[in-house]
Amino acid sequence: MLHPWVTLDGNEAAASIAHRLSEVIAIYPITPSTPMGEFADSWSAANQPNLWGSVPLVIEMQSEGGAAGAIHGALQTGALATTFTASQGLLLMIPNMYKIAGELTATVIHVASRAIAAQGLSIFGDHADIMAVRATGWALLSSSNVQEAHDMALIAHAATLQARVPFIHFFDGYRTSHELNMVEPLSDDILRAMIDDNLIHAHRARALSPDHPIIRGTAQNPDVYFQARESVNPYYIACPQIVQQTMDQLAGLIGRQYRLFEYTGAPDAERVIVVMGSGAEAARETANYLVAHGERVGVLTVHLYRPFSVEHFLKALPATTQAIAVLDRTKEPGSAGEPLYLDVLAALNESDSNVRPPRVIAGRYGLSSKEFTPAMVKAIFDELGQPRPKQHFMVGIDDDVTHLSLAYDPSFSIEDPAIMQCVFWGLGADGTVGANKDSIKIIGESPDTYAQGYFVYDSKKSGSVTVSHVRFGPHPIRAPYLISQAQFVACHQFTFLERIDVLRYAAHGATFLLNTPYGPQDVWPQLPAEVQQEIRDKQLRFFVIDANKVAQDQGMGGRINRIMQTCFFAIGSGVPRDEAIDKIKHSIEKTYGKRGASVVRQNLAAVDQTLENLYEVDVAQVATAANSVLLNGAPGSVRRPAVPEAAPQFVKQVLAPMIVGDGDSLPVSLLPVDGTYPTGTSQWEKRNLALEIPVWDADLCIQCGKCSFVCPHAVIRTKVYPAEALEGAPATFHTAEARFKEFPGMHYTLQVSPEDCTGCGLCIEACPVKDKRHVGRKAINMAPQPPLREQERTNWEFFLQVPDQQPGQLNLGTIKNSQLMIPLFEFSGACSGCGETPYIKLATQLFGDRMVIANATGCSSIYGGNLPTTPYTVNGVGRGPAWSNSLFEDNAEFGLGMRLTIDKQHEYAQELLHHNANLLGQDLVTALTSADQTTDAGIAAQRERVVLLKQQLQVALAQPGAPSELHNLFSLSDALVRKSVWIIGGDGWAYDIGFGGLDHVLASGRNVKVLVLDTEVYSNTGGQSSKATPLAAVAKFAARGKALPKKDLGLLAMAYGNIYVARIAMGADDQQTLRAFVEAEAYNGPALIIAYSHCIAHGIDMRKGLEQQKLAVQSGAWPLYRYNPGLASTAQATFILDSKPPSVPLAQYFGNETRFRMLAMSDPQRAEELLHLAQAQVASRWHSLEQLVAQQHGGAA
Amino acid sequence: MIDLSTTYLGLRLKNPLVASASPLSKKVANAQRLEEAGAAALVMYSLFEEQIINESHALDHYLSRGTESFAEALSYYPDLPHYNLEPDQYLEHLHRIKQAVSIPVIGSLNGVSPGHWVEYAHKIEQAGADALELNIYYLPTDPYLNSAELEEIYLTLVREVRAQIRIPIAVKLSPFFTALPYMARRFANSGANGLVLFNRFYQPDLDLEQLEVVPTVHLSTSHDLLVPLRWIAILSGQIAADFALSGGVHTAQDTLKAMMAGAKVAMMASTLLANGIGRVTDILRDLRSWMEEHEYVSIEQMQGSMNQHAVAEPAAFERANYMRALNTFDNRLP
Repeated sequence: MLHPWVTLDGNEAAASIAHRLSEVIAIYPITPSTPMGEFADSWSAANQPNLWGSVPLVIEMQSEGGAAGAIHGALQTGALATTFTASQGLLLMIPNMYKIAGELTATVIHVASRAIAAQGLSIFGDHADIMAVRATGWALLSSSNVQEAHDMALIAHAATLQARVPFIHFFDGYRTSHELNMVEPLSDDILRAMIDDNLIHAHRARALSPDHPIIRGTAQNPDVYFQARESVNPYYIACPQIVQQTMDQLAGLIGRQYRLFEYTGAPDAERVIVVMGSGAEAARETANYLVAHGERVGVLTVHLYRPFSVEHFLKALPATTQAIAVLDRTKEPGSAGEPLYLDVLAALNESDSNVRPPRVIAGRYGLSSKEFTPAMVKAIFDELGQPRPKQHFMVGIDDDVTHLSLAYDPSFSIEDPAIMQCVFWGLGADGTVGANKDSIKIIGESPDTYAQGYFVYDSKKSGSVTVSHVRFGPHPIRAPYLISQAQFVACHQFTFLERIDVLRYAAHGATFLLNTPYGPQDVWPQLPAEVQQEIRDKQLRFFVIDANKVAQDQGMGGRINRIMQTCFFAIGSGVPRDEAIDKIKHSIEKTYGKRGASVVRQNLAAVDQTLENLYEVDVAQVATAANSVLLNGAPGSVRRPAVPEAAPQFVKQVLAPMIVGDGDSLPVSLLPVDGTYPTGTSQWEKRNLALEIPVWDADLCIQCGKCSFVCPHAVIRTKVYPAEALEGAPATFHTAEARFKEFPGMHYTLQVSPEDCTGCGLCIEACPVKDKRHVGRKAINMAPQPPLREQERTNWEFFLQVPDQQPGQLNLGTIKNSQLMIPLFEFSGACSGCGETPYIKLATQLFGDRMVIANATGCSSIYGGNLPTTPYTVNGVGRGPAWSNSLFEDNAEFGLGMRLTIDKQHEYAQELLHHNANLLGQDLVTALTSADQTTDAGIAAQRERVVLLKQQLQVALAQPGAPSELHNLFSLSDALVRKSVWIIGGDGWAYDIGFGGLDHVLASGRNVKVLVLDTEVYSNTGGQSSKATPLAAVAKFAARGKALPKKDLGLLAMAYGNIYVARIAMGADDQQTLRAFVEAEAYNGPALIIAYSHCIAHGIDMRKGLEQQKLAVQSGAWPLYRYNPGLASTAQATFILDSKPPSVPLAQYFGNETRFRMLAMSDPQRAEELLHLAQAQVASRWHSLEQLVAQQHGGAA
Repeated sequence: MIDLSTTYLGLRLKNPLVASASPLSKKVANAQRLEEAGAAALVMYSLFEEQIINESHALDHYLSRGTESFAEALSYYPDLPHYNLEPDQYLEHLHRIKQAVSIPVIGSLNGVSPGHWVEYAHKIEQAGADALELNIYYLPTDPYLNSAELEEIYLTLVREVRAQIRIPIAVKLSPFFTALPYMARRFANSGANGLVLFNRFYQPDLDLEQLEVVPTVHLSTSHDLLVPLRWIAILSGQIAADFALSGGVHTAQDTLKAMMAGAKVAMMASTLLANGIGRVTDILRDLRSWMEEHEYVSIEQMQGSMNQHAVAEPAAFERANYMRALNTFDNRLP
C-alpha cells in the first residue's frame, strides 16, 4: 500500500532510502550532493531510526577520500554503510572504490552527478564524474527523475547485497537532485520486503573479526594477481540479472516496472536515441509526442550502465531500428567517442543477428546542466533521418569552430496545454524561491494536482538573481527543462526591468505580475520601452503591487515572498482564491510556528494586506495616455546596456551576455580555449545593489583610512594629490587639505563608487569620528543611493583618473598610508559586509603588483573567480595579481609549485646573466643579481634594470649568431623581479581537506604566504562544521552544538619553529592586521596568517561584524598573536601576544551570534554546559599563550 | 512570642519579607535558599513579552537570511526541532520553582500588547503561580499621547487580566503619575488586589569618552526608601488594596518603616544581590530584636501605625514637609 504523493527533490528522495537502509554513513559536503548528507545527519540528530530500529551513525570526514576510507573500513567490519558525493569528491574516492569492488563488498554510494573541473570549475550536472569511475568495478545505476531517484536507490541497496558488487546510484546534479517533484514514497514495509535479512547476515559473516580472523588486502605477485582479478567474473555476469529481478520484485510491490534498458516509443521504431539520466526523460516525452504524430522513433533509457549487459541491451532495442544516436552527457577529449557510444558500438558488434546493424552516431549534450529540451531531441531524431547524419555532433550549443552542432527549432514544444507554467524573477534576499517551494507543496496537496519546481541561481553571493520555474497541472509532470512559454511571469524586483529581459519567458496572453512602487496609473511611463513593447505585443494581462510597502508596513523589511505568493495564488494559480489563502496561512503556521507566534502573526497580516494592494493595469488606457505624454516630449527610458560603452571588446562581446543571463547564446569560438580570462572585469558590471551608500563628510574626516580599510568591496578609495589634479573636477567633487606629514600642501579625497557599493555599512561602523554637535553623525554616513547615483558616478570617474600612489613612495606601516595604495581586488560578488574580502583586498594593496595567488575552492574562489566578471584587477601600469584555482584539497601544494617555478626561473635567469656577463656588462649583471628587493623601492629599481636588460637583449638578439640562451634569458628576465606567492583559502581547506598538504608545504621552508580566511565553517556549501568550528557553535553536521574544541592551527604551525604565524582580527586590531601582512611578506620563509572572518553563517548583523571581531578577541575566543622566527637572532621577542587578557565573558560574545544562540534556545542545558566548557578552554588557552611569552623571556634571560 | 506574620494579596505570609523580581529567581536553587533564609514569598523575574518578540524575529531573520539565493548554500543552519521562544521556558521554570519551595510564588509579567497580557497571565496562573504581579512599564515618548489615554490603557489592561484569571493581582507602579492617589484608586477599582510601590527603572547614561548612550544598573540604597514610604503612608489608609514597598529595603529598620507606613510586605532585591541571600536571615533577626526591644508583639500591630491618617501631623507627608525641609536647610546656612 503506497502513501499519498509527497513533494521531494532528488537528494531527499535518495537520502530517505539510504538513511533507512544504513548503519554507518560517512559524509563530506560537496555540491550538489551536500543536502543528502545534511538530510542524513539531521535525521540521525533527530533520532530517526533505520529500518531495523537503530539510528544510523553519521560522521563528517575531512574529505571525500576520508569518507571513502571510513566506509571501506565500516564495510570490512560488516556494517551497512553508505556515503553521498559528486564530481571531484567521487574522484577522491576512486582508490578506495577499486578496493571495495575488488573485495566484492556490498554498498551503495549515491551521487548527484556533476561536471568535473577542467578549463573551469562547474557545480552543475553532467556525467563526467560517473564516467571517470566506470573502470572501478562498481555497478552504475542511473535515475532519470525524482521518483526514480527514490526507487532506484532502493533497487541499488537491495541488489548490491545479493550481487556483492558495490553500486553507485546516480542522478543528474541540480536537474534531478534539486528539482522538486511529486513522488510516491516507498514505505518501510516495502523496504522490508525488498531487503533480504539473510543477505545482511551473510555480509556481516564476511566481515573482519578476531573471533573468526581472516586476512584481506594482501599484496599479490605476478604469479596470481591476474588470475585473482579474473575470479570475480561470475559476480559481474550475474549482476545485471540480479538487478532486473530486483526491479521486477519492486514492480510486484508498487506497480512501477523498471528495466535495465527501458525502451519507450514506437514498437517499430526506425530511429532510436540511447541516453541516460534526466535527458532520457526529455527524450522519452518527446518520442511519445512524435510517435503520436506518426513518427517511428523511440528512446532507449539506460538504467544499469555497469555492468553493461549486451544481452539485455540487444533485447531492448527494437529489431526495426535503422539508426541510433547515442547521447553522452560528458566529454572525453581525444577519444574515438564518448563512453556510452563506445559501449553501444561494442554491444552491437557482439550481436549475432543477421540483420544489417543500425547506423550509430554519437552526440554530446547537456554538459554542466546545459538545457536539453524536446526541440533538441527532435533535432536529433531529424538528424537520424538524414542520409549522412552528423557524427559526434553536439546539441544545445552553437559550435562555430568544428561545426558539429545541430540546429534546432527553439519554438518546437510538446508542453501539455493543461499544465500551467509560471516563472518568477526574484532577488535571493526576498525569499522568492522559498515561497515558490512552499507554493509547490501547497498545490501538490490538492487532489489530482501535480507540481514541479526548478530554481536557477546566479553565482553572486550578494544581490543574486533567482529564477523559479514552476509547473502544475492534472498530470504528473515530466519536463526536466526550463519553461520557455510561461502563462504567468512575476517580477519581484522592479529594478530588474532596467537590465534584464524578464518577459522573455512570457507566452502570448500571459499574466505579468510586477512588484513596483508605482501604482496602476503611474507605472507605465516608468517601464523601459522594451518592456512596454513586449507587454503590448504579447497582449499580456498586467498586475502591479507595491509589495515592499506592504512588507514594510508589517515590519518585514525586504521579505516580500509571502505577499508575492499571495498575489500568485490570487491571479495566477487557478486555485480558488479563498482556498489558496487558507492554505498559505496554514503553511505559514507550519513553516514559522517554531520561530514564534509573533513571526507567524506578521506573515499572516502581510497576506491579509496583500489583496487590497493588488491592481490590474488597464494597459490600453495607460499606454495611450503615456504615449500622448511622450508625444509632448517626455523622454522614454530604455533598458540599460549590460556593460558601459567604454568596456573592452571582450567584456562587451563575451561577458556582457552572461551578465544579463544570455550566456547560452555565446558560440564556441568566442570562448577562450584554455580557460584563460582577462582580470579586472568586475568594474564593468555595475550592479547598483545598494539602497544606501556612504557619503563622505570632508570637514569631519580625520583621514584615518579605517573605512576604506574595512570595505569588503573596495568601493571606498582615498587619494592624495596635488592641487593641479583638481583641474576639470566636477562641481560636486569633494576635496580636503591632506593631513599626511609626508604630503604637505597636497589635497585629499575619499570617494565612493556608488554603483559597486553593496550598502553593507561596515565603513560607518569603522569610522571613529563623531560629530560633536550630533554624535550620531560620523565622517562617513549612509544616504539613499538613487539621488546620488549620477553625481557620484561622475565623481568616481574623475577620481579614477587622479594619479595613484606608486609603490615604494610611502611607508605602508600605517592604516591611513596603506589605504592610499590602489586595491587590486574590487567589486567582488561576495556577501554584503563579507569578513574575508577586506583581508584579500589589503594584501593586494600591499603586494598586489607582484602577487601570484593559489586559491582553494570555496567562497574565495567563487567571489574571486566565478564568471561572468572577476574582481582581481591591475594597477595603472598593468600589473596585478595573477590568480588560479586548482582544487579544494591541493591548494597549498598548488601554491608551492608556483613558488618552485618562480625560484627555479629566478635561479636560471641569474645563471644566464652570469654566463653572458661579458656581453651584457658586468655592472648590469651584478646589479641585477645582487639587487636588494626587500622594499618596494628596491623592487621598482630592479624592474627598471630588467627593462634595461631587455633592451640590451633585443639589440644582442638582432645580431646574427646570437647565442640561443639569450632567447631564454629574454623570456625569463621578468623572473629576476621578486614575486610573492600567496596561498589563500578557507578553514574547510586549511583545517580539513587540505591540512596534510598545508602542513607539508609549511614544513618545506619555502617562501610561500598562506592566508586562511577562517569563518569557522564551510561557508560556501552552507555552513557545515569544520575542525575550525568553535566549541558550542551550532553548524550543519553539528546540530547539537560542537562538543569538541577548535583546532589550534597556529600553534601547530609554530611548533616547527621556522614558520611565521599570525592570528589576526581586523575589527579588533587593524594595526596588528596590517603589521602581520607586512611581516609575513618580509619573512624569508613560509608564513601563515589566520584571519578571523565574520560570516553570514555566524548569524550576526553583518554591519556589526567588526564589533563581533572585537568581542571575539576581548572574550579570549580569538587571541591575537604574532610569531616571527626571523627575530630569533635579535633581542626582540619572537612571540608577541597582541591581545589583552580576556576581559568580557564568552557569553557576551556568544549572545550576539545565532550559531550559539540557537542552541541556547533549543537546548538551554546543553548550551550552558558547552558554554562552561568553552569558557574553561579560553582560560586554559590564554594560560598556555602566557606561558609561551614567559618561556621566551626566560629563554632570553 | 512575636508574630511576624502578615497577609498580602490574600496570601498568609510568615513574615513581611518578600524577595522581589530579580535575576535571583532564575535558578531553582536560589529560590530554595531564599526560602531557607526565611523569605516569606518570592516574586519571579519578569516575563518580558517584548523580549520574546524580539528574539523570535531575530531568529527568523537570521535563519532566513541568505537562504535560497546561492546555488551551493541554500541554507546556513541545521533545522533544529524546537526553539524555546514562547513563554514556555518561563512557565516551566516557574512550575519547577513552585515544586521546589513551599512559600508562595508570585509570577511577574511585562507585556506590550493587550491580547498577550491576558494570554500570558492565564498561562502563569496555569503554571501554578499563587499571584501575579503586573509590571507596567511604558515610557511615553510620543508628544501627542496624553496622560488620560495612557492611563486608560493601563486600566483596561488590569481589567482584562482580572476578568481572565482567578489568582490575586498586584500592579507594580511607576512613581511618575501626576495624580498618583487617583490612579491607585482606579487600579484598585479595576481589580488590582495589591499595589507595589515602586518600579525602579533602569536609566540610560552617557559615556563621555565613547559618546554613546549606555545602559546602567544601580542597586538601590536605604535612601531610596523615602519616596515609596511617603506614598504608602499617604495611600494605605485611603485605597482598598494591599501595599508592597519595593525599592530601598535593606535593613530591619527599613522594613519596620514600611510596615508602619502601611505596607503589608517589604520587597527586597538589591541587598540580596549585593550581600547574598543570607541577608534575609539577618534582617529577620534584627527585626525580631527591634520588636522585642520596643515591645511590639506583631507586625500587624504596627502596620499603618504611621500612615497619614495615624500620625499627629498629616501635613508632614504633604507639601508642608517640603517647606519645612527647606527651612531646616536654610537654618544651617552661615
